[in-house]
Amino acid sequence: MAKLKKSPWIIHYDGSSCNGCDIEVLACLTPLYDVERFGVINTGNPKHADILLITGGINAQNKKVVEQIYQQMPEPKVVVAVGICAYNGGIFKECYNILGGVDKVIPVDIYVPGCAARPESIIDGVVQAVDLLEMKQDYFEKNGISYNKAMKNKNESNKENES
Amino acid sequence: MREEYKIIELQPERLVDTAMRLKRDLYRLVQICAVRIESGYELTYSFAKEYEFLNYRLVINEDVVVTSISGVFETAFLYENEMKDLFGVNIDLINLDYKGNLYRIEKPTPYKE
Amino acid sequence: MGNRSIVPFGPQHPVLPEPIHLDLVVEDEKVVEAIPSIGFIHRGLEHIVKKKDFNDYVYVAERVCGICSFMHGMSYCEAVERVMDVDIPERAKYLRTIWCEMSRIHSHMLWLGLLADAFGFESLFYQCWRMREKILDMFEMSTGGRVIFSVNKVGGVLRDMDHEMLSNFIKQFDDMEKDIIELTNVFLEDYTVNTRLRDVGILTKEQGLELGVVGPMMRASGIAFDTRKLKYAAYEWIDVEPVVATEGDCYARTYVRIKEIFQAFDIIRQAVKQIPDGEIAIKAKGMPNGEAFVRVEQPRGEAIYYVKGNGTKFLDRFRVRTPTFANIPSLLETTKGAQLADVPILILTIDPCISCTER
Repeated sequence: MAKLKKSPWIIHYDGSSCNGCDIEVLACLTPLYDVERFGVINTGNPKHADILLITGGINAQNKKVVEQIYQQMPEPKVVVAVGICAYNGGIFKECYNILGGVDKVIPVDIYVPGCAARPESIIDGVVQAVDLLEMKQDYFEKNGISYNKAMKNKNESNKENES
Repeated sequence: MREEYKIIELQPERLVDTAMRLKRDLYRLVQICAVRIESGYELTYSFAKEYEFLNYRLVINEDVVVTSISGVFETAFLYENEMKDLFGVNIDLINLDYKGNLYRIEKPTPYKE
Repeated sequence: MGNRSIVPFGPQHPVLPEPIHLDLVVEDEKVVEAIPSIGFIHRGLEHIVKKKDFNDYVYVAERVCGICSFMHGMSYCEAVERVMDVDIPERAKYLRTIWCEMSRIHSHMLWLGLLADAFGFESLFYQCWRMREKILDMFEMSTGGRVIFSVNKVGGVLRDMDHEMLSNFIKQFDDMEKDIIELTNVFLEDYTVNTRLRDVGILTKEQGLELGVVGPMMRASGIAFDTRKLKYAAYEWIDVEPVVATEGDCYARTYVRIKEIFQAFDIIRQAVKQIPDGEIAIKAKGMPNGEAFVRVEQPRGEAIYYVKGNGTKFLDRFRVRTPTFANIPSLLETTKGAQLADVPILILTIDPCISCTER
């Protein structure tokens, strides 16, 4: 089953970024960089999406929105954090309204470096995300449980064992 | 060479009057800015008419209540909510008062310290 | 009276790359009122001016917004230079002007693309962004960055453009201009595009003055005002006249922005002709003590910067009032009475930059 790999759909959400990464994400979809050649389509609906591209850090107001989008996406799903702000808040780390990187609220699979992230590295992130998506799909078919859920369970049982 | 502009000191109770006069003279509201100073706040109301740039400055204590000019300049409501939320300036009678919800931040009035 | 209901618009919406949220009160298909709620991208970056050295803060100021990043950095520097009473070399002023106008071209091309996308003309969107890439290549060649350049510093600029590079740019602009004329004629003359833009979201001159609109939106309502007529960067030596349209509808706003692209090409040509040789930066001595306002014309309109220093390396206050912030009230006004399906276009024609607005 390699169907998913042929056409992963992307949803993009702007956390609290400066727009720099966002226009680069959009630039990836336009003719010069053209991620559509990998079958990638940008969608606005989280329920259609396989990959969540998220830029910028998390603040008090968008925390819930990010969680909601993530939960609405069907399994398997991959989260790509684009840019340094999505990793830990970047240059805005000291701001009073920045809680930190995206991984404070949802599990992140791939980090794309840069401020602003270059289209080449975003594409690289997406290509890696596609492979990961495939891996998660295989895992689901083999074990009958989604990869994210299995990892979550494993972490929880580890914690219990420790305590 | 640089742009020239004026900063005029103003008493808080004359604010609405002045705003009304400026409105009559077809000035537009450019911005309102608050600065935290030791004894309270320094508010700057900027107006412009064509290329002229006028600033009115209010220096107030923390507990002074400033009357909103949003009844005169409708657009002031955004700036005034911002000052109220971020600085904790007491502004009365804003025509659309977000009551601290313009920016939903965890820590109220972060600029007040 | 039809049924009233509230339709939430955003924050995550396919048309917009950025989150903005409006609560639209609709009566059947007609919008009666729009209530904005902002703050999804509020970071509080004005606050960290107290924690960062004023020389380092340039890089934060640049990241107020990634689209007009150059202008934010430049205006912050201008404000600090004004406080410190530093007069930067003329060559630096001209270089700043050239980069400013290149930013304007890139921003307007980006906006045209998004507008095309909003009315469902996807190939036009792609064409606009394809041409915009050429400007980004030039930015990369001259500054090293595509969207965030970091070439400003207090006292001048960090990189120079040599004569060869400048004349190369001018040559490329000639080619680009031809392509852009062809492209923008679609916006101005195509029947389908016209039906989507004409007589939609009219803002009269009186309303415009009342609501304090700025930038292309103001000029599209017949108010001839352009902050570039004021003295900052090298604009005092450059011939620039505001582009004005009188209709005040979405078409007029598109028209103004398109003409401004060509105006920007013209300004760059003038600047390249006049640019003197010499230093690109001087050392700014001392610490900023005092205050200053600076007004500049960004692609989206007039922006105000305020800087207050206290004689130490940390500033007391940095404030930026961005054009979108000033244009939100007029957006609310134009949505009243509009059809629900037109709302994305109305939002786009103010050219919203949410990350500027919320800082």
